[in-house]
Amino acid sequence: MADVPAAFPQQARRRGGLLDLAQATEVDLRLFGMVVALLAIVVGFGVATGGRYLEPANLVTLSVQTAAVAIIATGMVLVIVSRNIDLSVGSIVGVVAMSYALLMTDILPGVLGLGHPLMWVVALALGLGIGGFIGGVQGFIIAYVGVPSFIVTLGGLLILRGLVWVLSSGASVAGLDPTFQLLGGGPTGSIGGPASWTVGIGICIGIVTLIAYNRRQRRKFGFPLRPMWAEILITGIGCAVTLGLVYIANSYLWPAPLANRYAEAHGIPIPEGGLRIESGIPWPLVAVLVVTVVMSFIATRRRFGRSVFAIGGNPEAAELAGINTRWTIMKTFILMGVLCGLSAAIASARLNGATLDVGVGYELYVIAAAVIGGTSFAGGIGTIPGAVLGALVMQSLAYGLSFIGLSSPIQNIAAGIVLILAVGFDSYNRRRAS
Amino acid sequence: MTAEAAPAQQAANRVPLVEMRNIRVAYGGVHAVDDVSIDLHPGEVVGVVGGNGAGKSTLMRALSGAHRADSGEILIDGEACEISNPRDAKVHGIETIYQTLALADNIDAPGNMFLGRELTTRWGTLDDSAMEGATRKVMGRLNPNFKRFATPVKSLSGGQRQSVAIARAVHFNARILIMDEPTAALGPAETEQVRDLIRQLKNEGIGIFLVSHDIHDVFDLSERIAVMYHGKIVDIVNRADVTTDAVLGMIILGKKPDEVTREELAELHA
Repeated sequence: MADVPAAFPQQARRRGGLLDLAQATEVDLRLFGMVVALLAIVVGFGVATGGRYLEPANLVTLSVQTAAVAIIATGMVLVIVSRNIDLSVGSIVGVVAMSYALLMTDILPGVLGLGHPLMWVVALALGLGIGGFIGGVQGFIIAYVGVPSFIVTLGGLLILRGLVWVLSSGASVAGLDPTFQLLGGGPTGSIGGPASWTVGIGICIGIVTLIAYNRRQRRKFGFPLRPMWAEILITGIGCAVTLGLVYIANSYLWPAPLANRYAEAHGIPIPEGGLRIESGIPWPLVAVLVVTVVMSFIATRRRFGRSVFAIGGNPEAAELAGINTRWTIMKTFILMGVLCGLSAAIASARLNGATLDVGVGYELYVIAAAVIGGTSFAGGIGTIPGAVLGALVMQSLAYGLSFIGLSSPIQNIAAGIVLILAVGFDSYNRRRAS
Repeated sequence: MTAEAAPAQQAANRVPLVEMRNIRVAYGGVHAVDDVSIDLHPGEVVGVVGGNGAGKSTLMRALSGAHRADSGEILIDGEACEISNPRDAKVHGIETIYQTLALADNIDAPGNMFLGRELTTRWGTLDDSAMEGATRKVMGRLNPNFKRFATPVKSLSGGQRQSVAIARAVHFNARILIMDEPTAALGPAETEQVRDLIRQLKNEGIGIFLVSHDIHDVFDLSERIAVMYHGKIVDIVNRADVTTDAVLGMIILGKKPDEVTREELAELHA
């Protein structure tokens, strides 16, 4: 195999400038574009509000508001990539959120005893299971009975929203387990300063390891390598951004009354100027990070993910290649349901209960996030990080518009325009490229 | 016994690699394949010819698992087996190169080659490097000019896409290969490459069903030729025993040469 490198000569043609940089680093240009758009929105609102929008407390609130939508959007990517749609996600969130509330107020205290330390675990497991079951039933009807997903999940949207009312007899239910409430974020629902730095450094080590592993694998097989400077540049930017975000999260301190109460409760003397407790990364954001990594892994590193993309690219070819297409489709809906269950946990934890309209309209935000993130309705194209970024772009815009005092109808108009612009720009680019 | 008849005689004495017996496939009341029996021996190429709608592709789809036969038996190595989906076929060493190529356009060449049979690392993750390595190896043999291993196959040329589809069949050590119009989308040089490949695979002992419109392809490569007409087999002949005209006559008229009337023959030549 000594002659292998010669058989794959480096591309001789150079284009110079940004494109050259993009080619050397093999950065996804559309993901890069979205990061730029996100920065423009954040900085734009920062300037428009005289910097108030950029305060750590706001950025953290923004990210927590994004969490519920972003988590579902990662699953929606796989559903849309395989040429299906799930309109029922908001209603699944509603049903599972109501289930959490009922479980923790009515059912589990009777079984486990009030204030049982494992109550939140049991409730969460049951909720994820309920979500997965609902997704599985819809997925079965879609994949094995052959009813179009649009119809099945449209029916699901109506049925499940009705079920929320039936479950709670039309009333809101409040009062969740205190540990469960941490999932909702806020100063107490965050992992704290030291843990945040640990997570940040862990992610940096992960980035370095992944890039080094890829390079080693490619060298082992004698494939063309990225230039060393490009590898270092990517690693550097990745780590800098990660640590920068941790720094922002840690600049968000516990509000003084909360910190003082904490100090009193733990017998800590309050220093001059108040006790400084760094909030750090909120739990919902931890959930988003974990879901993004796990879902990206499933989508790109597992056979299941490959099958989903193959089905989206050419359903007949996937079937002929021996892929069990029906079971694969059903699994995407089960996964979707489980993610809705997680999202419902965050939404209900933030409310400390469930109202009748938790999750209403989520389907639209989730689909918009996936599509802004580059998922194509033609099937076969889409990325998980893109969808998460798409959710962030949407939410930072909506949050910014409400921050500068625009009413919610105006926010909707802006969100709709951004959606159409983003997809229109994308279609234009793809047509030009092909 | 003549010299030409000897190989066929020998073949008949061995257990066939594939035997399809009394296969029927109906699409909404129309018998696309009507009571067809055909067999294939190791190292043999059987050409399957016929006009549009004669049932060639449907017959092959029954063997590749793409479409389940309504009735009939399929024997592999003399043993009856159930082929109800493409996975079953692959288990029996049946690989198919479809006329449509059956590629996922959004996935790169290695991904397509291993579609449904991805190599995984010991952690159960996709082993992209190993798959790319194997693809480079097979491509080095099939199409040494092929270099675009990381681009979605959508942006490849017709010939390159064809070589990906062929590579997929070759890599998995097929014992039985079904090639449906393998040269339809190719230029002259690439067609010659595919022909060489077919001869090479034949010498390795693989049995090949070659479905083609191109009577010359079939005559150059096949030991036997099965002519289909309106879902039925007109005749299965030894290539050495027939002329292209005789086969063309069977394709067009759906009758064996000795059954053709003078009037029909005159019309054919007119």
